[in-house]
Amino acid sequence: MYEGAIQDLIDELGQLPGIGPKSAQRLAFHILSADPADVHRLAGALNRVKELVRFCNLCFNVAESDTCRICRDPRRGTEVICVVEEPKDVVAIEKTGEFRGRYHVLGGAINPLEGIGPDQLRVRELLTRLRDGEVKELILATDPNTEGEATATYLALLIKPMGLSVTRLASGLPVGGDLEYADEITLGRAFEGRRAL
Amino acid sequence: MHARHLELIDFRSYEKLTIELEAGPSVFVGPNGQGKTNLLEALGYVATLGSHRVAADAPLVRSGAERAIVRSTVVNDARELLVELEIVPGKANRARLNRAPATRPRDILGALRMVLFAPEDLSLVRGDPAERRRFLDELLVARQPRYAGVRSDYERVVKQRNALLRTAYLSRKTGAGSRDLSTLDVWDNHLAQHGAELLAGRLELAAELRAPMSRAYEAVSQGKGHADMAYSSSLGDDLPAANRSLLTAQLLEALAQARTQEIERGVTLVGPHRDELKLTLGDLPVKGYASHGESWSYALAMRLASFDLLRAGGIEPILALDDVFAELDTGRRERLAELVSTAEQTLVTCAVAGDVPAALQGARYDVHEGEVRRVL
Ligand SMILES: Nc1ncnc2c1ncn2[C@@H]1O[C@H](COP(=O)(O)OP(=O)(O)OP(=O)(O)O)[C@@H](O)[C@H]1O
Ligand SMILES: [Mg+2]
Ligand SMILES: [Zn+2]
Repeated sequence: MYEGAIQDLIDELGQLPGIGPKSAQRLAFHILSADPADVHRLAGALNRVKELVRFCNLCFNVAESDTCRICRDPRRGTEVICVVEEPKDVVAIEKTGEFRGRYHVLGGAINPLEGIGPDQLRVRELLTRLRDGEVKELILATDPNTEGEATATYLALLIKPMGLSVTRLASGLPVGGDLEYADEITLGRAFEGRRAL
Repeated sequence: MHARHLELIDFRSYEKLTIELEAGPSVFVGPNGQGKTNLLEALGYVATLGSHRVAADAPLVRSGAERAIVRSTVVNDARELLVELEIVPGKANRARLNRAPATRPRDILGALRMVLFAPEDLSLVRGDPAERRRFLDELLVARQPRYAGVRSDYERVVKQRNALLRTAYLSRKTGAGSRDLSTLDVWDNHLAQHGAELLAGRLELAAELRAPMSRAYEAVSQGKGHADMAYSSSLGDDLPAANRSLLTAQLLEALAQARTQEIERGVTLVGPHRDELKLTLGDLPVKGYASHGESWSYALAMRLASFDLLRAGGIEPILALDDVFAELDTGRRERLAELVSTAEQTLVTCAVAGDVPAALQGARYDVHEGEVRRVL
């Protein structure tokens, strides 16, 4: 245990995901020995992120005004919505350059172990967006794990009856690699889940 | 396949050990607590990335040391492969194949294959159904690695579904209504899909294991009793093993029937996590009826049958028998020695040299205070 401010900082850093007590201590002493200007910049960035960053009224992506950059962009189509769990997923899909529609950020996935059901996610807001009939297709891009799959199934069951086309991202073998480098679990499951051409 | 070379650094009681091995039977003899099982455990760890004795890695590292290293040269079809594993408790292990670092430790699975029979296996016949389900699942994964994914997906779905049932139960008790249950259909769907895949795998495997298991028991016991196994599912008997969509439908139906009861109890009552592999000897169940020697022979027959199946699959594993002879009568010892003499490599441990039948001709090693010396 250290005295006062330095221990406060260690405790705060230790609250962050992926930071254990040792890392928190290392970071705290790094900050202590850093140039004051750098530390002020870091503190400023921390303050601003809470003051300035808001969530888009439409898609709940991070934004600096009422709506995010993507929702404001008139060149982006309004017929297709891609549903993701987190803002970082928006960034990942944007990097592909493949998608020209809009997003909807759920804010997580259905996860009973953590007490998260549809009511804790932005599902109601999604349904509201679909109501005016402008949206024709919904792409479900939740994570390919148990919780993401459950969320996708839940949304599909809910939304298909509304007459929209609902699609799910394909998962399986990483593209661009050699088959022989795929691990046997992934390759085995891809084999089992093969589809007709 | 067989291991040609084994090197241990700070593994269990061994500070540093290098031994050369050869194909055929090898017997490791030494008094209690000298490090015989430790040798087999080290090879087993390379084969499965886990110990058959402990769940955590800490006991595997020699007390006072920080990491353990197991290195083995494995010969398969005249091709040599050097597998290395560094075990660091609390951290990810590091693995190398032919001196090249592996991306994930799991990439070395398959480089060394081994079927190990150990005294702990008595719990296969005496323990809870969970032990027998694990036996089936581990063998499934050894044959088709995809089942590692199927199994963990299934377990995760059951966990999530149980959490949902529990909150539903609690909110019902406090009169908060049942809105929580709006996603139960979704979990039912996923449980049925993954469950059917796992169930189909287990049914097929149990059917394939039956004959070699009976044969192995018959051989070891010299025809004293017919050993048989049957997969018993919470869905009932006579399941369409080969038809996964039918299994999925049956699981869904069973879930629908159990729903009220499940909500009352807050747990998932249907699915392969409730199934059992029933073991019988003659007309009687093994558990609660079989003698000690019979139970021992039975567990051994299950391992020998696993060995047969894997061998038939194309790659013959190493066969390791820890302390197996001490608990068997003379006749059974001799039959077993005969049976394993056809394996490419059999590693046997024994505390008393006289317990090993003379028929088991091969290399012999003395294990004494962490030293392993070839004597024959
Ligand atoms: N992490 C460790 N560090 C040091 N010694 C250890 C460690 N783990 C186990 N040992 C020692 O290894 C010995 C056990 O070795 P092992 O289980 O291989 O014995 P064995 O020769 O198979 O004996 P038995 O005939 O009783 O089965 C014990 O004396 C134990 O104290
Ligand atoms: Mg032992
Ligand atoms: Zn937006």
